[in-house]
Amino acid sequence: MSYRVVHYINQFFAQIGGEEMAHVAPELREGFVGPGMALSQAWKGEAEIVKTVVCGDSYFAEHEKEAKAQILEWVKAEKPDMFIAGPAFNAGRYGYACANICAAVQEELGIPVLTGMYEENPGADLKNKVLMVATANSAAGMRKAAPVMAKLALKIMKGEKLGASCEEGYMPNGIRVNFFEKERGAKRAVDMLVKKLNGKPFVTEYPMPSFDRVAPNKAIKDLSKATIALCTSGGIVPKGNPDHIESSSASHYGEYCIAGVDDLTADTYETAHGGYDPVYANADADRVLPVDIMREFEREGKIGKLHDYFYTTVGNGTAVASAKGFAAEYAQKLLAAGVDAVIMTST
Amino acid sequence: MKLELGYIQINDIQFSKECKVENGTLFVDADAVRAFMYEDDDVKDWVKSFSFDIAKPGESVRITPVKDVIEPRVKVEGPGGVFPGVISKVDTVGSGKTHVLRGMAVVTAGKIVGFQEGLIDMSGPGADYTPFSKLNNFVVVAEPKDGYQDHKHEYEHAVRIAGLRAATFIGEIGRNVTPDETQEFETLGIKEGIEKYPDLPRVAYVHMLQSQGLLHDTYVYGVDAKRSLTTIINPTETMDGAILSGNCVSACDKNTTYHHQNNPVVAELFAAHGKTLNYVCNIITNENVYLADKQRSSDWTAKLCRLLDLDGAIVSQEGFGNPDTDLIMNTKKIELQGVKTTIITDEYAGQDGKSQSLADADPLADAVVTGGNANEVIILPKMDKVIGMLDYVDVIAGGHAGSLREDGSIEAELQVITGATNEMGFNCMSAR
Repeated sequence: MSYRVVHYINQFFAQIGGEEMAHVAPELREGFVGPGMALSQAWKGEAEIVKTVVCGDSYFAEHEKEAKAQILEWVKAEKPDMFIAGPAFNAGRYGYACANICAAVQEELGIPVLTGMYEENPGADLKNKVLMVATANSAAGMRKAAPVMAKLALKIMKGEKLGASCEEGYMPNGIRVNFFEKERGAKRAVDMLVKKLNGKPFVTEYPMPSFDRVAPNKAIKDLSKATIALCTSGGIVPKGNPDHIESSSASHYGEYCIAGVDDLTADTYETAHGGYDPVYANADADRVLPVDIMREFEREGKIGKLHDYFYTTVGNGTAVASAKGFAAEYAQKLLAAGVDAVIMTST
Repeated sequence: MKLELGYIQINDIQFSKECKVENGTLFVDADAVRAFMYEDDDVKDWVKSFSFDIAKPGESVRITPVKDVIEPRVKVEGPGGVFPGVISKVDTVGSGKTHVLRGMAVVTAGKIVGFQEGLIDMSGPGADYTPFSKLNNFVVVAEPKDGYQDHKHEYEHAVRIAGLRAATFIGEIGRNVTPDETQEFETLGIKEGIEKYPDLPRVAYVHMLQSQGLLHDTYVYGVDAKRSLTTIINPTETMDGAILSGNCVSACDKNTTYHHQNNPVVAELFAAHGKTLNYVCNIITNENVYLADKQRSSDWTAKLCRLLDLDGAIVSQEGFGNPDTDLIMNTKKIELQGVKTTIITDEYAGQDGKSQSLADADPLADAVVTGGNANEVIILPKMDKVIGMLDYVDVIAGGHAGSLREDGSIEAELQVITGATNEMGFNCMSAR
């Protein structure tokens, strides 16, 4: 039994016409139409296009809601293994339609999707959401694009793990995937530097991300009335690490009560952090999470109160996205508990 | 400065009463190695016992927890001896002749101080990620004396020295062996280099040394790198063991002593020297934790790049997170001096690969080579034999509660594998 695919193309590739026919409403045809033939041939019977949706580019752009509803209904009825759109090359409205109908099928029907287009096509804005093959900027690139899309689609339908973007031909989608290069890293670095020195084009293996900056909150005017919480990425946990926070790449954070605790001792607390020498933190965990000093301040009236709970995780090798997720969650708990300020310690 | 390396290919290691190399086989008397290690007072004070094992490529063997990997070498001509300032006297090395027992290594393993030691699988999927699965490994497993819990740093030091002494002893076996192959490396003086290669771009290697402290230490001629300013060094000095690992950072991007001895950036720059570039020298700089240190060291790096009239520099890193700031500060400041950079790092993009990979970034770092995403999860099947102990698999960096599964297999991040995402570019692994 071969896998079943629904294919989406525009009026031009269905040979209805060019710009003058871009207004045509969606229609459903049996089997493959136009570029679908190249995909079908590449699959050699392992997969087939059961239906082709044809839609005018202007129609999709101007009646997006209606077009999507109609197409989703057809796709849903067909229950295909995959939905493929395009490739759209550098056709802007076609690329937009391909990306957006793919996103809708993926999100609303849970069916895997694939499209293809030129990297500067406006539709490629959705490349982190919808898997897209990078193509040439004109339909002359069909001969090259079709086999890449066909191969990738088959891999997805078979449930195989995808390799890195540069191996499989899809646009980098923000998901980093390991693979083995032919040359070792040092050789690649020397080659890249020589290109850079000679003003020749080179491709970085990791484009720098843009960082978000956090503006500081307003200062607390009267500390003597403030409730202050302690939080740390230094991995301080009750002895024995009851929630098994990982020594690196933490998957969760811990919430622990310190009501009535005056001092963290070697018998009661330790660090779970694998990125630094634990000897000193284990001997006296106040070095990382200064409960003892905060209690002193509390007694002296320098601060109103030390919050009864502390939040802790291991920063070592922990993905920024995970860390952000932890803090977003426990910040709500801190707010709900009326905490005025947080001292966040790192290591 | 000119150094000739004479490679003695080792294809097998066998325990023997006699120490010799014959037809590519190294015969070692383990008792003699043990006696040589115990000649050191610190080793005597803190190590209760040593056991020895041999692990060969393709065997169903797992070595863990691994502390360091060291290649046995011996200086046969020229000043100084291997591991200057630590094992040999502090004379400048890097010239004359050195014999290398290639195809093997000394691996130290045993109870650990922190969380950071890793594992080496000699076969199976894990073997693809570590260069040390391709070597014949002479494994030294150390057992601490009772009461070491209160003296963990002394014990760590003792095991480090013991490994270097074992490698020194074994290297000495190659002293009078005729090498299978020789190779010459030469670094010219500044003026000589310019005169010889007037049209080639001048390139240096900015070698960042892990020096966060607290078991994250690197030693240069015996000096703890965090107590040193950025300076320059001949590339051949590193081949004689002038730079040593004292590290317990995550196993995947720990630069072991073996990596320093066989620094791939040094090798590749020498290979390109006189052809596409003029390899000037190495600049060594540290990765201290204080901001003032980071500023001072990166300022100094950029300053030296300018003083040396460089056109380009390759910057390599060790560790991740905190040192990402040193990497970016160095790169940015070097670029602002008009010197073009390529950097080598690795990534912590999360198990799903969706997070940003570095803890710091700058648009000037536009030429990056990556050793891969260390958070990627791997399943390592059970091995028939374990050298060392599995006690730490769940808690080492990259493991989690339940990493060691009932059937003896391990589910963990690539972080646990020694050398997997090396940031000197030792491996072929990358990511996109």
